[in-house]
Amino acid sequence: MARIEISGVRHSYLRAPQSDEDYALRRIDHVWETGGAYALLGPSGCGKTSLLNIMSGLVRPTEGRILFDGRDVTDLPTERRNIAQVFQFPVIYDTMTVAENLAFPLRNRGVRDAEVGRRVDEMLAILGLADRGRQRARGLSAEDKQKISLGRGLIRSDVNAILFDEPLTVIDPLMKWELRTQLRQLHQRLGHTMVYVTHDQTEALTFADQVVVMHEGMIVQVGTPADLFERPQHTFVGYFIGSPGMNVLPVRADGDGLSAGGVRLDPSPLSLSTEGRLEAGVRPEHVRLGREGAPARLLRVDDLGRRRIARLDLSGVMLLAALPEGSEIPSDPCVTFEPGMVHLYRDSWRVSGERLP
Amino acid sequence: MKPVNQKAWLLVAPVLALVAFSAVIPLMTVVNYSVQDTFGANQFFWAGTVWYEQVLASERFWNALGRNLVFSFIILLIEIPLGVFIALNMPKKGPGVAACLVLMALPLLIPWNVVGTIWQVFGRVDIGLLGSSLALAGVDYNYVQDPVDAWVTLIVMDVWHWTSLVALLAYAGLVSIPDAFYQAARIDGASGWAVFRFVQAPKMARVLTIAVLLRFMDSFMIYTEPFVVTGGGPGNSTTFLSIDLVQMAVGQFDLGPAAAMSIIYFLIILLFSWVFYAVMTRHDDEGAKGGQS
Repeated sequence: MARIEISGVRHSYLRAPQSDEDYALRRIDHVWETGGAYALLGPSGCGKTSLLNIMSGLVRPTEGRILFDGRDVTDLPTERRNIAQVFQFPVIYDTMTVAENLAFPLRNRGVRDAEVGRRVDEMLAILGLADRGRQRARGLSAEDKQKISLGRGLIRSDVNAILFDEPLTVIDPLMKWELRTQLRQLHQRLGHTMVYVTHDQTEALTFADQVVVMHEGMIVQVGTPADLFERPQHTFVGYFIGSPGMNVLPVRADGDGLSAGGVRLDPSPLSLSTEGRLEAGVRPEHVRLGREGAPARLLRVDDLGRRRIARLDLSGVMLLAALPEGSEIPSDPCVTFEPGMVHLYRDSWRVSGERLP
Repeated sequence: MKPVNQKAWLLVAPVLALVAFSAVIPLMTVVNYSVQDTFGANQFFWAGTVWYEQVLASERFWNALGRNLVFSFIILLIEIPLGVFIALNMPKKGPGVAACLVLMALPLLIPWNVVGTIWQVFGRVDIGLLGSSLALAGVDYNYVQDPVDAWVTLIVMDVWHWTSLVALLAYAGLVSIPDAFYQAARIDGASGWAVFRFVQAPKMARVLTIAVLLRFMDSFMIYTEPFVVTGGGPGNSTTFLSIDLVQMAVGQFDLGPAAAMSIIYFLIILLFSWVFYAVMTRHDDEGAKGGQS
């Protein structure tokens, strides 16, 4: 187990990167603390897998260093970093049995036979494959194959970290839930540093203590699931976390103060400068519809079981409001925002300490 | 029950006709010859299994068959490992790939009798580059007089001609392996040998099965090259079944025995190919069964 520090890492797959757009990772500075359960969350193509491969040494970063417990491992090959990684699609060794597959990473490292046997049996039981140990692995279903891939990652007890690269993509939803719970329990029992890459926020929020959100090759926020929901540091986080995502409205400043879509943000912070592009973020859960406030046009209402989602046109801006099941929605609603639940962003980044009342 | 639409036969009719003219009818003609005797003038007499008995009892046939088997065995033993070795060392990306593929494909594009002629001249002691260089170096090499030299020449020629095919097939198998397999193997700490043994070899097995089959059938039917280079000699040392067959059918005009020999030859190839295929694909079946359980 180790504390993994990523220091000033930039990476481009091009030979001569010119602008920021050429970088898959623009600049990453981050520390994965020993024994943490992290989720690395972001949309496809944001650089999650690149970051993972750089940590495990499959990819060497263009710039920057990787430190394990303070020791520079940037130039060490994968084999010598002692890291386990599980990939999106199952990788199994066709000619081996299930048990041999699980034993493979141990045997390659010269673990004694008795120890190998003990750990393989234990892992077979954890994965629910106890009766299939002697079966040839190639004939198994994609799901069982992926379990074997997971098992090969988990069986090494002394690894610095286990990296999961969207490992449950091929697994059906019910099984997904079960396996994720098992991973969580294993984490509590073994105390490995685990990094779990996903683009699914539910997966991220249920697995991790700390969620790291990536966007366009950068880490935009690190925090607990509650932090991400309540205090998104970047409009992308607000938009990506929560379903539906946060409303982001352009903010207008005039002599009296600030307003977003005609809704006055009162009282405006006096110290706030109006440089840059100002936006207000408000979650659909914090939009109130009533007889007072800024008038809006109701476009559509979707009933999602326990919630109703209203789509509104608020002086030319699209606004979503989430209301409890069965609540009345006036046909000519007026919009107000729940006090204290509006975030202010300048050039997409949260203006900190200035939560508007 | 669905109504059966007989019109569908019309769609496959062209293929059936083509197969009939290219394979079935010629084969049946040979079968026809093999059970009859003729004294020319298109007069045929029923002969039954006489020709088959005669061929199977002749030492000439068994000797030629033996030479065929030894030849195929040796070239498989050389070409398969060599082809795999070359494929493993070919570049996987970059400008080298195209150059490599073109170079490898060159010998395959040369007509077989030209290959024979090239080596026939190449190996000549008086004017051939190989033959005269060996003579200069003091090596006693003469494929016209020495049976061993004749065999070595034929084997080297076949290896030169056909190893590319094995290499290209193996290469196709190799490049189809997803990167994740190599990455997982590195994560698992596998050695280079283990990567070959557990990742590359299993993924290549299927194309290698085809390579072995093709090379076996082709080498077992070899005719043009030895005919051009050695003409079956010195003596009968490089007289393979095909060469013997042509001598019998065209040289001596013994249609009956030649036809009987053709049928036996054909059955042997069929049998060997089936055995090879059955042996090499038996693991696939195991896998399929495992999947159902």
